[in-house]
Amino acid sequence: MAFLSVKNTKITGIGACVPKLILENKQSSLFDTESLAAFINGTGVERKRKAPADTCTSDLCITAAEQLIKDLQWNKEDIDILIFVSQTPDYVLPATACVIQERLGLSTDCYAMDISLGCSGWVYGLQVVSALLQSLDKKRKALLLVGDTILKFCSESDKSTYPLFGDAGTATALEYNENTGKMYFDMHTDGSGHKAIIIEDGGFRKQVTESSFAMHNRGEGITSNNLQLILDGMDVFSFGIQRAPQSVNALIEHFQLDKEEMDYFLFHQANLFMNEKIRKKLQISLEKVPYSLKDFGNTSSATIPLTMVTQLQKDLQSRHLKNIACGFGVGLSWGSVYFETDCITVPDLIEI
Amino acid sequence: MEAFIKHFAAQFDDTEVSEFTSTTVFKDLEEWSSLMALSVIAMVDEEYGVKIKGEDIRNAKTIEDLYNVVKSKQ
Repeated sequence: MAFLSVKNTKITGIGACVPKLILENKQSSLFDTESLAAFINGTGVERKRKAPADTCTSDLCITAAEQLIKDLQWNKEDIDILIFVSQTPDYVLPATACVIQERLGLSTDCYAMDISLGCSGWVYGLQVVSALLQSLDKKRKALLLVGDTILKFCSESDKSTYPLFGDAGTATALEYNENTGKMYFDMHTDGSGHKAIIIEDGGFRKQVTESSFAMHNRGEGITSNNLQLILDGMDVFSFGIQRAPQSVNALIEHFQLDKEEMDYFLFHQANLFMNEKIRKKLQISLEKVPYSLKDFGNTSSATIPLTMVTQLQKDLQSRHLKNIACGFGVGLSWGSVYFETDCITVPDLIEI
Repeated sequence: MEAFIKHFAAQFDDTEVSEFTSTTVFKDLEEWSSLMALSVIAMVDEEYGVKIKGEDIRNAKTIEDLYNVVKSKQ
């Protein structure tokens, strides 16, 4: 088991940006009245945001980051690390982090790279950034940009993905600080489940050919091509209800944390049915488990910071909080983190 | 087997308990849905501590088929 602890890293702010366009699931042609009610009850997703063709994840993240930098009154010259976690980059190459470095006007001395992870991405990104901060010569600041425009990968005639997912970008600000508590991590990977959430074609294992565009009927209400996301809901569910509680319990046990002392448990927003199973298995009360599924759906790696911004803004701004976050999904990849926040900067949700 | 059928039937709201037997082709039940499949996966996880996959549900026809999968994984 990969248990990691990092000291001297402080989260000082979190911001999020979503596209303006709202898609209401009740207006979706994928459902009749009865199946719509079952879908909304099961997933908890009533509506979500969709980015237009000319808006990329980087655009959402940059907008969130600019506001956060402004509110924190950061000097951009002090940002030495930029990590972009996404599976919807601007280009196949170069890395989107390089594009963002220029667009944000960060120093050319900036360390920048992309990480390709989804649902577990914010937790992984947090670990990478906080570890990197320790090895900086001049202990300064880092930006973790996390998000996806995952609807660009979803077939409009796939009821297992299109009504569930939403687009969002987030920015998390981190600083080296010797007067802050440790962060604790528990990280895992199981590639045997890599086909549970996959886009088959368009990488280099299966390059794009004419047949990549052929539509396949993969079950009732699920028609998509091989350049679009395929989700094996049953496999992912089975994985999530087992691994997420295991990881949270392992984190608590290994680092001897007091579960009752936690203010919030922040779970990746997979769908309400799965998340509620996880919450009940861990015996955590509903008040400690915020949801953003209803208005934003499953926003891939953005779910945890987006939930913090939209559901906990006042609490995060005004008091000290002890939190456990757990991301789980595509890879399969999952991990949990314990972190504290103390009156951090949280700009209002931005819409573009 | 009987206990398994009882647990299986408990996931359903509108289907008569008498409709559930070891030979019931569960995917033909009107109330069967993708969400119901998830309930069954969760039930197996809770009651039997066994992780069944989408493939297991897809390959099973009757409740007995599924019971045999659960038994083989215990």
